Amino acid sequence: MECKVALLDGSDFTLNVEKRAKGQVLFDKICDHLNLLEKDYFGITCRDVENQKNWLDPSKELKKQIRTGPWNFGFNVKFYPPDPSQLTEDITRYYLCLQLRDDVVSGRLPCSFATHTVLGSYTVQSELGDYDPEELGSDYISELRFAPNQTKELEEKVMELHKTYKGMTPAEAEIHFLENAKKLSMYGVDLHHAKDSEGVEIMLGVCSSGLLIYRDRLRINRFAWPKILKISYKRNNFYIKIRPGEFEQFESTIGFKLPNHRAAKRLWKVCVEHHTFFRLISPESLPKKFLSLGSKFRYSGRTQAQTRRASSMIIRPAPLFERSSSKRYNMSLSLDGAPIMENHETLMKDSAADGATKIITKGDIITTVTTEKKAEEEKAQQEDARMDAVETQEPTATTPLRHDTKTDSEQTDFAYDGEMTATEVCTSGKDFILKETSPPEEMVKHQTNISELKRSFLETGESAAGLTEWEKRLSSSPARSPRAEEAPMIEPLELQDVSLSPQAAGYLVKYVVDSIATDLATSSGPHGISLSTTMDDDVFMDGTLREVDEVSERAEMKVSPGAVRQEVFQAISDKKGTLIILKEADDKVDTEGEETSGAGEEEEPVIPEEAKAEENEMLSTSKEKESISEDTSVVVEGIDVVEVGTKEVPVVHTETKTITYESAEVDTNGDVDPGVLLSAQTITSETTSTTTTTHITKTVKGGISETRIEKRIVITGDTDIDHDQALAQAIKEAKEQHPDMSVTKVVVHKETEITPEEGED
Amino acid sequence: MAGLMSGFHYTHAVVRGIPASLAKEALRSSQSEVDLAKALKEHEAYVEVLGTTLGLEVVELPADESLPDCVFVEDAAVVCGDTALITRPGAESRRRETEAMSRALKDLNLNIVEMTDENATLDGGDVLFTGREFFVGLSKRTNQRGAEILADAFKDYAVSTVPVLEGLHLKSFCSMGGPGLIVIGSSEPAQKALKIMQQMSDHRYDKLTVPDDYAANCIYMNLPNKGHVLLHPTAEQFPESAKVFEKLKDYMLIPVSNLEKVKVDGALTCCSILINKKANV
Repeated sequence: MECKVALLDGSDFTLNVEKRAKGQVLFDKICDHLNLLEKDYFGITCRDVENQKNWLDPSKELKKQIRTGPWNFGFNVKFYPPDPSQLTEDITRYYLCLQLRDDVVSGRLPCSFATHTVLGSYTVQSELGDYDPEELGSDYISELRFAPNQTKELEEKVMELHKTYKGMTPAEAEIHFLENAKKLSMYGVDLHHAKDSEGVEIMLGVCSSGLLIYRDRLRINRFAWPKILKISYKRNNFYIKIRPGEFEQFESTIGFKLPNHRAAKRLWKVCVEHHTFFRLISPESLPKKFLSLGSKFRYSGRTQAQTRRASSMIIRPAPLFERSSSKRYNMSLSLDGAPIMENHETLMKDSAADGATKIITKGDIITTVTTEKKAEEEKAQQEDARMDAVETQEPTATTPLRHDTKTDSEQTDFAYDGEMTATEVCTSGKDFILKETSPPEEMVKHQTNISELKRSFLETGESAAGLTEWEKRLSSSPARSPRAEEAPMIEPLELQDVSLSPQAAGYLVKYVVDSIATDLATSSGPHGISLSTTMDDDVFMDGTLREVDEVSERAEMKVSPGAVRQEVFQAISDKKGTLIILKEADDKVDTEGEETSGAGEEEEPVIPEEAKAEENEMLSTSKEKESISEDTSVVVEGIDVVEVGTKEVPVVHTETKTITYESAEVDTNGDVDPGVLLSAQTITSETTSTTTTTHITKTVKGGISETRIEKRIVITGDTDIDHDQALAQAIKEAKEQHPDMSVTKVVVHKETEITPEEGED
Repeated sequence: MAGLMSGFHYTHAVVRGIPASLAKEALRSSQSEVDLAKALKEHEAYVEVLGTTLGLEVVELPADESLPDCVFVEDAAVVCGDTALITRPGAESRRRETEAMSRALKDLNLNIVEMTDENATLDGGDVLFTGREFFVGLSKRTNQRGAEILADAFKDYAVSTVPVLEGLHLKSFCSMGGPGLIVIGSSEPAQKALKIMQQMSDHRYDKLTVPDDYAANCIYMNLPNKGHVLLHPTAEQFPESAKVFEKLKDYMLIPVSNLEKVKVDGALTCCSILINKKANV
């Protein structure tokens, strides 16, 4: 069969594939043609009968995906890397630039006049090289397209800037282009039309960090992936189930109305793929046991983390390639090359234009929005099978990967239904509670200012954390007061929580590290960042994404300190009440450490330090612990004490409701006197590996303050995942993160929801 | 580069004189007597900080007696990069304040965008620009349509709306205290608004919580040779909050008295519009 593919430079590539070829074959051929190795960010689009763009599923035969008409496709960027500078090859960045230029010119990526000029000037530099009036003439620029409505004024400004770039290589110009483009608020946002429950037009934007909701140009809500427990669709409805958080006590489901079933499914697929690509370490496996239920669709390509790892193995010399001119933009809006979101562009504009002002936001923003939208994409990419260069490395990478996968499995669930019927989901949530008597103040390093704090956190990934918890103590305990002075910003955390304490001011600074921190923070609970505030809810920001690899490696490194002491973990497999004891073997840990290589090495130096710090801390802490002895559940643990955290392991079967932490307290050994509640806060955060909801309560009893941390870790996935192992891993990590605390309770709660359903497609 | 992410470097400030009518006629949410002489003195000191202490080029518009609130220039325009959005203030009595502002900003060679839609209202006091994105408070003075027009004027940035349930403006209880640092009041509505902002954002912010909501309105700049500069309310006015500011290390801290203007809901940011002319291409 003859296929015609519109490439990003505006040219058409015609090739033949076998009639029964799968999407992957076509995709690989195109990438070969383009000399593109970092191909996981790209995909093939085709138009359906409604002229909507859909992503081809690489794992399915082409002919099944193209019911009618000629085999015309487009080659486009599917996942916009949040930090393009992390791409390995210039040629990849070049194709990304081409896509973005089209996004800009078509209006899908709105930008200001100033930004048009900047982006345009880099485009010119990349395509035409240095400004040279003799060679280029004076009107050289008007043959290029930079903006939807290109004016003479714009062209002049572009030229002015172009003159200043002498000597800049095309690759450099592209890097600059991308550095500017990635900051645009609509960069990589895939928009879908929808309506809310009141029939108000809104748009849903799927991006690397989650789901954005717009009304006209205004962002009216945002759900970061960690906030989303489940994504599903039914008929023309699209649903997201939201994790309880600041504003809602229980899980809630928000529905959006889409124009039709196809649109709902397209949106669902896009969400599944984006979530998997950006959020997970590795794709989740297909729900084999439920083959007959629901859509089998899963993103099976590489995740961003994997593709990065793979790209780092690219060893070929930078390929020479010709930057074909972008003349195509000259005449047309490049309809052929146009990316998937074509329909959307108009959306934004239209909506901005129509004066309909309806406020979806009622009181809290987070209310329920029902929407209906036009979805437009489906995608699937499957490439994991064949990664040559990668393959080699795979074994190495595997250990870490598996490691991660266990822990985090997943938090977002994908449910879909064929038509009206079933949604099948298998979720298991595991909660555990850490009780801490004394905060690890050691973590409070002497920092002078915020940026330093951030920096140090970024660099070491450890110490910044503890700050928040002990503010009060800092001020009161003489021993620590010097520290308090040195770390001035580290003040009480949640003001509002401190209802009872007249504590001078409730100010606090939260140190959030943009990227890496996030992930670490999530799981690290009390470690500085996540504790500090409300603000940490979401982990994903542009900066963050790129850190996935590092983070995971870091997480691994964390194991090493753990190796120092031997730990025994107990996991409970809910249903049967079985106890599973996992022992962490030292050598295994070591191996992992070694395998981590590169990034790992950087961390190494940190570890001993950290461990030491812990030790110190333990010492200083122990006194307090003793005084608190009335609290039987407190286990004073030395570093090398083999301790079993799980004292009492009630197995609880509940509805999916979150365990509120009041009740948790009650449950806990019963020895907890009410005391005076100093503060309480809830933090939801997420690592690449786990979603953790952390409740921190501080109470004062008889002058002794106690900090209790309850972590709720949700592991979601199908039955293929070994939940027990994941739980064990999670417990282990939690303990490592809070070496000074003991685990007093673990509640495992499993939920399985099975609904009958028709097959997909 | 121009535009994107060029926050907090300023070269110019636009301010306006205090009309005598402010004492009696300026809008206020509480019943307070304003001492005009003191207010004038206060404002003079404020302008001096901007011009003399910080070396900004100050454009001072004359007071207009028919516009008792005209000293609060912030509400009349939103400037970001080389674009100035002339607002349509929520209070009818203040609409004409934009005329002089529009002219002044035009003279500074900014690209002027006028808010002509009669259904739109927007006070600059409801607009928090973090350097990365905008938050617009939906308040008594600012509505959805106004926010939409702002989003249209500054296309590079995400514009998220935040309900302002209490207080006059969004910035009545918050402001930027540094790149990525939000100064926030400790009241429940303030904290709630902050949570909403965080939820809506792809970026992460640090926060600096001060006991008094009003004290959370500060002016942050990052100036060449001066580094982090923060104009904040005085210890006299908010002793507890002042202590918090004093803990900011590596900052040039400038306490600015605002005792009189606060009686007519004027906070520090209200009295100037800051502009970075160098950002203009």
